[in-house]
Amino acid sequence: MTERTTVFVNVGERTNVTGSARFRKLVADGDYEAALEVARQQVDSGAQVLDVNMDEGMLDSEGAMVRFLRLIAAEPDIARVPIMIDSSKWSVIEAGLKNVQGKSIVNSISLKEGEAPFVEQARKVRRYGAAVVVMAFDEQGQADTAARKFEICRRSYDILVDRIGFPPEDIIFDPNIFAVATGIAEHDNYAVDFFEATKRIRAELPHAHVSGGVSNVSFSFRGNNPVRAAMHAVFLYHGIRAGMDMGIVNAGDIPVYDEIPAELRERVEDVILNRRPDATERLIEIADRYKHGRTAGGAKGDDLAWRQKDVAARLTHALVHGIDAFIDEDTEAARLGFDRPLQVIEGPLMDGMNVVGDLFGAGKMFLPQVVKSARVMKKAVAWLLPHIEAEKARTGNTSEQKNAGRILMATVKGDVHDIGKNIVGVVLQCNNFEVVDIGVMVPCAKILEVARREKVDAIGLSGLITPSLDEMCYVAKEMEREGFEIPLLIGGATTSKVHTAVKIAPNYHGPVVYVPDASRAVAVAQSLLAPEHRDAYAATVRAEYQRMREAHAASQLTKRRLPLQAARANRAKPDWSAHVPERPLEPGVTVFEDYDLAELVARIDWKPFFQTWELAGRFPDILDDAIVGETARSLFRDAQTMLQRLIGEKWTTPRAVVGFWPANGVEDDVELYADEGRTRAIARVHTLRQQMWRDEGRERPNFALADFVAPKDTGVADWIGGFCVTAGPGIETKAAAFEAAHDDYSSILVKALGDRLAEAFAERMHERVRKELWGYAADEDLPNEDLIAERYRGIRPAPGYPACPDHTEKWTLFRLLDAERTVGVSLTESLAMTPASSVSGWYFAHPHAAYFGVGKIERDQVADYARRKGMALAEVERWLAPNLNYDPDTAGRASEAAA
Amino acid sequence: MPTEDARREHRIAALERALAERILVLDGAMGSLIQGYALEEADFRGTRFTDSAKDLKGDNDLLNITRPDVIREIHDRYLEAGADILETNTFNATTISQAEYGLEAVAAEINREGARIARASVDAAVARDGRPRWVAGALGPTSRTASMSPDVNDPGYRAVTFDDLETAYREEVEALIDGGVDLLLIETVFDTLNAKAAIFAVETAMEARGVRLPVIISGTITDRSGRTLSGQTTEAFWNSVAHVRPLAVGLNCALGADLMRPYVQELSRVAGTPVSAYPNAGLPNAFGGYDEAPHETAAHLGAWARDGLVNIVGGCCGTTPDHIRAIADAVRGVKPRAPADRPVRMRLAGLEPFEMPAF
Repeated sequence: MTERTTVFVNVGERTNVTGSARFRKLVADGDYEAALEVARQQVDSGAQVLDVNMDEGMLDSEGAMVRFLRLIAAEPDIARVPIMIDSSKWSVIEAGLKNVQGKSIVNSISLKEGEAPFVEQARKVRRYGAAVVVMAFDEQGQADTAARKFEICRRSYDILVDRIGFPPEDIIFDPNIFAVATGIAEHDNYAVDFFEATKRIRAELPHAHVSGGVSNVSFSFRGNNPVRAAMHAVFLYHGIRAGMDMGIVNAGDIPVYDEIPAELRERVEDVILNRRPDATERLIEIADRYKHGRTAGGAKGDDLAWRQKDVAARLTHALVHGIDAFIDEDTEAARLGFDRPLQVIEGPLMDGMNVVGDLFGAGKMFLPQVVKSARVMKKAVAWLLPHIEAEKARTGNTSEQKNAGRILMATVKGDVHDIGKNIVGVVLQCNNFEVVDIGVMVPCAKILEVARREKVDAIGLSGLITPSLDEMCYVAKEMEREGFEIPLLIGGATTSKVHTAVKIAPNYHGPVVYVPDASRAVAVAQSLLAPEHRDAYAATVRAEYQRMREAHAASQLTKRRLPLQAARANRAKPDWSAHVPERPLEPGVTVFEDYDLAELVARIDWKPFFQTWELAGRFPDILDDAIVGETARSLFRDAQTMLQRLIGEKWTTPRAVVGFWPANGVEDDVELYADEGRTRAIARVHTLRQQMWRDEGRERPNFALADFVAPKDTGVADWIGGFCVTAGPGIETKAAAFEAAHDDYSSILVKALGDRLAEAFAERMHERVRKELWGYAADEDLPNEDLIAERYRGIRPAPGYPACPDHTEKWTLFRLLDAERTVGVSLTESLAMTPASSVSGWYFAHPHAAYFGVGKIERDQVADYARRKGMALAEVERWLAPNLNYDPDTAGRASEAAA
Repeated sequence: MPTEDARREHRIAALERALAERILVLDGAMGSLIQGYALEEADFRGTRFTDSAKDLKGDNDLLNITRPDVIREIHDRYLEAGADILETNTFNATTISQAEYGLEAVAAEINREGARIARASVDAAVARDGRPRWVAGALGPTSRTASMSPDVNDPGYRAVTFDDLETAYREEVEALIDGGVDLLLIETVFDTLNAKAAIFAVETAMEARGVRLPVIISGTITDRSGRTLSGQTTEAFWNSVAHVRPLAVGLNCALGADLMRPYVQELSRVAGTPVSAYPNAGLPNAFGGYDEAPHETAAHLGAWARDGLVNIVGGCCGTTPDHIRAIADAVRGVKPRAPADRPVRMRLAGLEPFEMPAF
């Protein structure tokens, strides 16, 4: 390439029905897909602007122009270049201008019909925002001589620039390239005339450009493409030197000037430059010899190196680049490599779509490309479908639905945005999902009604504005209320995974999944709707959202707090007139000596046991787990063996103490009485109140345990209970013995079993308390899983745990139970229980009593609490350090400074 | 008494002078503030639309008719915070967008009233202290796109055409002009073809009304790909709208200031006009709210001003009068950016920009 060719702009010409018979046929046949391939090949070959011309008598030129431009708009690797809207009919041009978002070039307008329409059209071009090609054509006709070409161009330039303020840099003159070597002497100088006019335009009409349809020049050599190409190369070489800076050329088909055989180049040059009278004859003489030679030196623009890769890589390439030219053959190749056609979809095709998703997520692909990828995917799936059907017919397995599932899509009530939803719909459809799109502003009732009527497999909600988030929560609640089971997908600009996890998912027991973008929608939908994946996927998502909720709750804990007074005002307020607390059947303290171990073993919750050994999973599923199953089975066997010995050889003696006292709430404390006349207080249980910020309306109270005991001023005779259970001292004795025998494994095992036994004991005693000792739920009959899941009335919170994080309350509890004497459990300096395999806590029986976390609390409460307990503030702060929402050191200083 | 047209010309001249002298401040979010009033369906319906079959809650533009007091108060708060230019509450007031609520018949009225409310607010403020301020008639993108098909099986399908958009925008622009706006703001452009229809409509409407109003065009880069929703790069966007010779070109919405900066920088490099920028108050948080504090947004915009990137600043989603106050403080006294002075070249665009090389 010479220096000058670098400023020459190629306008791709093959998408022109007047210049390409093939393209004309494709358009006439309505084969727009192949027509788009022509455009893509032009751009790939280096066309910097794409000429589109639909001027053909038999065509609806306007319709064809509009359709083709719209289709191009959906092809990012074509649409990246500007379009030249080429027509001799103004109506076609205007239709084209209404369908390009970029700045295009109009080709062309001229003075052919006089100044008035010229000015009118130029103004419109300006208003649509395009550059313009002006033909050297006036009322007298097309200019052929250099002088007339230039004069018409100058006149046009003056009108455009001076009269209507058209930017001169947006004017491109086409001084007419006519055919030479026609045998008519008057034509011999046409190329030279073009060059001369070009030189003057560039010199005298500032900023204006010169272009032309190069292939016209070789018209008389139709059928001899090598010679035509040589003529084009030579014409361009000289045209560019004259100042032609743009040309409509077959960008992939122009040989390099220097590579044209010397003999051919010389004779072509004689013709183009009109250097000798016999130039035409001399070119005809040799033309046939070159007829079957290579057309051009340049390679095709398509880089097909990717075709050499393996089939999975080819599929990925095709998906990422949205190329469907080879998708059928590649899909077929992939199919032959798998046992079942479905595996091609689940394997390489989904892998490719995941790459697309990742690139999209990283901002390296943008939406239109993703939509294209989805289309390629659809074609691949279409190729496989008959094979899948055939397989079904063969195996008689008709369980697979014809489509991948039916998904209802809606933008929720109050929101009118649907672009994102539509894109997701498009991508899902591409992947064989049936989409039931019910539009925007859809009320919840309608969504559920259509979902039921159409028997959809999932509901997808979209929204862009903030209030839509609440509406989505509402839809989830309604789905729960109406007994839906199908998955709920959440998407749209304001939605987020955290919001979905924290606010939406808890409202609905079915799967609720956030879909971050269209490219992820397919994977999510496929995972959720395939019967073999659904449960596992839903469980994974549920677990992830649970973690997010916890992390979110934790992060909230360090955030805004309510002042203590406001939190108290928002206390839980059970209706004390509606509930008469039951008097315990066995008031006072009851001790259980030497409890039956076998009765406890049956109540062990094994999940924490495996967690102790860092084996994660649900019991008993964990025993069959692919990865940890074997280890878990062996451990479980050892545990069972040891339990048998533990019982048979009576390694330890479980003991329990339970007590019930008359009690009433006093603000955040509970006062315990010696007598049922409630005259003599024997203890005060101090409870801490949640101070997390609650929004206005405050549907959720700020709990304290004291809320579950009737306040003194209600006059209601309420009760509180306390307990301490222990697996007994034998566990530690035995552990020490194993340790001494260097059997660490058994030592850990027996301690772990001791902990499980203590927990089972606490659970068992709680059950007996509910049924026999307090007896408020004498009829309770729950299976073990429900017991473990705590689906019963009443709670047994332990001091030091989230609902009552202050360990020092154990002092009160242990004093009341006289636990050291009754069950042999004592408190260490740091208030740990010894033996370690012990559990202690309070009993609250109110039907509304529930576990909660106090969370972070403020200094106002801590100071108040210290005063109530009669402890030094600093000491309370030390015990409650993990719960402080402030730094006790700096907070002290700050308040001093403020004072 | 000068005519209204003469007064408007006077104001426009003052706007052009002001733009040469200092950085101007646009107002902030309307929707977020309206939310603060916790309006109910009944507020949106007022006494006039009690029979509407569709829910009207969320049709913020309708409040120009049913709760003008709320809109006026928000405008006043922004002026009080230091905004130089108010945007009318007409983002969704085309017949196309209002059709979602069955209210296309009142679209023109919504625009006219929107313009009048802002006009009255500005006029009152100017009467108080003499400091010039302006009303920009806001033209949103509508909820449809002219360059993309919602139907995968027919990529050639369009839910809205250039002509549909041009008709709707033309009605909107004429009503805004009648209501008294000083300039027009084609904003949140996510599909440039929609914007081009708006530009076409603006030119046609101004011709019909025999007036010339300045136009600001503000595009939206939707994510880190640096593209509009319809796929154009920032520079391609500029090349595609430069023909209206806007008073300013800019970016707004979708991104917070930190993520928007590279694209503002790009626009600043290429635009031969003043540049405007009004980002969101950060990215939306998990709950659709915006967390960026006024001083944070202002710190970004202040830096842009000092780095010579902008001429007009303001706030989009999630910004408040406090943000605008902080932004106004941050850019006060900072020299406005000089428009890019690039060589004369033919500049075209597909999804990507094309520049004719120098010969």
